[in-house]
Amino acid sequence: MDLSVWQALHEELANHDFTVVAVAFDEPEAARPWIEAASPTYPCLIDRNHEVAELYHMVNVPQAAWIDEAGRIVRPPENAGQSDAFRRMDRATGQMSAEQIEERRRTKATYVSAVRDWVHRGEASEHAFDRNAARAHLRLPDSGVAEAYVHFRLAQHLRLAGRDDEAAVHFAQASRLHPSAWNIFRQSAEKAENGLATGEDFWKRVEALGDEPYHLPIDMKGLADD
Amino acid sequence: MTTILTEHAERAVAGARADGEDLWLPAADAERATGWALKPEGFCRGEVCVPVPPGRAREFADGGDINVAALWRHLGLPLARDASSETWALGASAAARSEQLRSLEAPDFSLPDLDGREHSLASQRGNKVLLVSWASW
Repeated sequence: MDLSVWQALHEELANHDFTVVAVAFDEPEAARPWIEAASPTYPCLIDRNHEVAELYHMVNVPQAAWIDEAGRIVRPPENAGQSDAFRRMDRATGQMSAEQIEERRRTKATYVSAVRDWVHRGEASEHAFDRNAARAHLRLPDSGVAEAYVHFRLAQHLRLAGRDDEAAVHFAQASRLHPSAWNIFRQSAEKAENGLATGEDFWKRVEALGDEPYHLPIDMKGLADD
Repeated sequence: MTTILTEHAERAVAGARADGEDLWLPAADAERATGWALKPEGFCRGEVCVPVPPGRAREFADGGDINVAALWRHLGLPLARDASSETWALGASAAARSEQLRSLEAPDFSLPDLDGREHSLASQRGNKVLLVSWASW
């Protein structure tokens, strides 16, 4: 979980008209212990219906958008420096090798450095896209995605009302209509005792990716070739 | 009781009547829930009006009631229904979402923190924002 990484960045850049806004695609009580442990001073919001995922077409976590002082998107939603190293972990123990942990650390550090550079240098930063480049990097939803989110909204409502069987029907519909949305799949999947949706179904889905990435690669110097 | 879920709201509508694929709401409730009202020029929301297809008025309006499901289908907007609890979810189109993103104006939203305090993205104007998602799962 990156909340403490963002907290360090938020504190470091507090005097530079910068803030992190974190959005949990989650239930408040599931998110609570993580938020309390990180004690963030930036807004840490709960988005139980995944409204922001729909508005920004975010399909996984962590994904982030960079938004400038005027409210303009300068980097559209993309993987916020998460590597795919976890796919090679020892699934029995949940352990990653030192090399995998290092890969993960380096990817995140590169991403954080890019945010820092943008905050200091604004549009002069090599990581900030101009309008044309920002548009060219947008991923846009199709009608299946829009349909998926009405089923997801309905399913969340039914689950909160204790109608688990009816909810399951609409969670399944949502996942079928928007198969690339890991956030829809994992929110509705069975969770292990540690709260993670990393059961057999999850790994089956990850394996079905084959050579495709889980965290989509991004066009950022230092990361693009990873 | 019928429940209508829209982007930001959840409403129980006492006078609603579901009939197969149709969802009839009293016109005032339909407007409160969806923003669309039936006027002489057609269905209107704000400045935008969409004509009722000629000869098909009865599919959309009956006395003081509006068939919101038919309207939604006519507008090409997504909807989902759970019949057992009479709950309907009315959504926005992919085209509208895409147009908003292509404008590069960051879509605004307002969400609660753990203490229930609402925060909007718009209130951060003047700051650079790293808008980042995460989850416990």
